[in-house]
Amino acid sequence: MSSDGDEMDYDDFEFEDDEGIEDDNGSQTSIGEAYDAFDDGVAGKPVKKDPWDISYQPKSVEELQEEQKVLVDRVCGLIDSDPSTAATLLRHYHWNPEKLSDKFWEEPAKTLHAAGLSPPSSPSSSTKPLPASNNAKASSSRSRLEPVPTESFECPICCLEFEPEEIASQTLSLGCEHRFCKGCWTEYLERKILDEQESGRVQCMEDGCGRVVGERTVIALVNDKAKDRYRVLLDRTYVDDSPQLKWCPHPGCEYAVFCKESPARKLDQIIPIVHCACGNDFCFGCGFANNHQPLTCRYVKLWQKKCADDSETGNWLMANTKECTKCNATIEKNGGCNHMTCKKCRYEFCWVCQGDWQSHGTSWYNCNRFDEKTGQDARDSQAKSRASLQRYLHYFNRWANHEQSAKLDHQLYQKTERKMEEMQNGSDLTWIEVQFVKRAADVLLEARMSLKWTYAMAFYMKKDLSTEIFEDNQANLEQAVEALSEMLEKPIDATTIMQLKSDMVNKTNYVKKRAEIILDDTLKGHYESRWKFTDRD
Amino acid sequence: MSANLPKRILKETERLVADSPPGIEAHPHEDNLRYFDVKIDGPGGSAFEGGIFKLELFLPEDYPMAPPKVRFLTKIYHPNIDKLGRICLDILKDKWSPALQIRTVLLSVQALLGAPNPDDPLANDVAQHYKDDEKGAIAVSKEWTQKYAV
Ligand SMILES: [Zn+2]
Ligand SMILES: [Zn+2]
Ligand SMILES: [Zn+2]
Ligand SMILES: [Zn+2]
Ligand SMILES: [Zn+2]
Ligand SMILES: [Zn+2]
Ligand SMILES: [Zn+2]
Repeated sequence: MSSDGDEMDYDDFEFEDDEGIEDDNGSQTSIGEAYDAFDDGVAGKPVKKDPWDISYQPKSVEELQEEQKVLVDRVCGLIDSDPSTAATLLRHYHWNPEKLSDKFWEEPAKTLHAAGLSPPSSPSSSTKPLPASNNAKASSSRSRLEPVPTESFECPICCLEFEPEEIASQTLSLGCEHRFCKGCWTEYLERKILDEQESGRVQCMEDGCGRVVGERTVIALVNDKAKDRYRVLLDRTYVDDSPQLKWCPHPGCEYAVFCKESPARKLDQIIPIVHCACGNDFCFGCGFANNHQPLTCRYVKLWQKKCADDSETGNWLMANTKECTKCNATIEKNGGCNHMTCKKCRYEFCWVCQGDWQSHGTSWYNCNRFDEKTGQDARDSQAKSRASLQRYLHYFNRWANHEQSAKLDHQLYQKTERKMEEMQNGSDLTWIEVQFVKRAADVLLEARMSLKWTYAMAFYMKKDLSTEIFEDNQANLEQAVEALSEMLEKPIDATTIMQLKSDMVNKTNYVKKRAEIILDDTLKGHYESRWKFTDRD
Repeated sequence: MSANLPKRILKETERLVADSPPGIEAHPHEDNLRYFDVKIDGPGGSAFEGGIFKLELFLPEDYPMAPPKVRFLTKIYHPNIDKLGRICLDILKDKWSPALQIRTVLLSVQALLGAPNPDDPLANDVAQHYKDDEKGAIAVSKEWTQKYAV
């Protein structure tokens, strides 16, 4: 550690003027361009097929670190600096090496200053400023630059005194006019990192000095715990600073997702859902921790706010049971399917609209549609507001019902899976053969999530000819989902399983197809601005 | 108590007592050398002129890495000081630097008395009063100074 103190003075702005500009291979590596390759779709990566699809790439912490290293190395070459300076500059210039290097060669001193780096007062690292022991007069002692100090030094923070020969190894300045002992630096930096969660922008201890403490200085001074935390925080700022990177919002997931399109301006046309390496989806546009297609970010936000504000919503969520419309017996829903049969009177009805189930199985299926006439015919304001509440509840019921049904479907699936495991023990069914139930449950869940958001979408849509096709598609998927959900409820035994398997595989494929149809049409419609919305409340 | 008091605090205290800035007095308690009784004179030309304001100042365990805790004990009508005497001053919070001292902190508090900032309020009602009717608000500040800070 003998000469560390000296070297570190300059680790933030080491320039070797004799080397000049060197561009290793002329490649233009910036965060964005580095991923052009992925647009073509690497195996296992999302393939962009329609203009409203986006290409993206989940990134592990290791990959993010590697990227930062590549960019830092590139800047080192571009502006001839050490890695610590390059990293500090990159952090300030949002990880854009070209912009940074242009600015730098235009106005080197100003560029360094803006990033919290001061330009070297002299190209030689042997002439660092050493303030006089009375710190109050330090700024006026600029001319007292001595290669070997002859006076002792008192740290202005702890007031401990250091002999001339100790100064080099025990004290440190960042190249500005302010020198402090290493003990104080360590205490200060560990506090900033561990307590205040700061990393790339920690400044000199002197009041008002904007000099940033470089990476190498931090690493050399703090304990292991702070070092680890510092690296984590630095990685975090790398993602936070880039509009093309976003952390996965799912708890415990350490991946970030890279999406070059970063379509902040196109969010009424594109719904940028990404599938993270952790297995979960999230929206790159609004950060929503799930797939909210086919509703756009803006209306997802409005819808959620409306549901949170509305008291009717709370009442609905409380209700797990309903009364049979014929005999008033209490009926509890225990599966995802909406087809209810009263145990007492055998009346078959729809859980959502409480209408006769008969019409739900036919082409007369109308359960998804809201009759807008109710509102138009309303005369006085009271009737109007009643109609608008009815309209909201119509869509909210269907939206919330899919959410709840998905949970119930999942419970049913788990029950079925356990049963099949038991059956497997006593039969020659293979593990592969029973996967069809899992696939059915997965497809069903995804379809329910899409359906769910189509109801929030319908709430905000202006009805016209094109929405009729939308509602037809919605009705078709709704029916298919109900049929598949009902199959999950069927009892399984060794004699029926082969028939059930073939039925369920067919139905699963059909649901998948219907879900694709409505998603393709709605997403295309957004892209073409075909749908008209109103911000009703 | 003084045995394990850091050298920095001893030096600051020594200088504060021997050579205090004009209009500022600070004395440590005999039984707790991290706790100071402070008196600040209201700056000339301000609504607080003529008043002597009592404050308490405490140096926490991690001082100077953490800022001192300062509070007005005298009632004061000021947009950046609340009913409990707490002060809205950036260097006492996120703008703290370990190179700042008790002396600089007290000078900043004195400066705040001379230049109230209703745009960064701690006492919202007082700040609103200062914004809506500066003359009237200043009159109240003067009245309080006469009443409480003597
Ligand atoms: Zn400095
Ligand atoms: Zn020190
Ligand atoms: Zn994830
Ligand atoms: Zn979104
Ligand atoms: Zn019944
Ligand atoms: Zn059923
Ligand atoms: Zn129905």
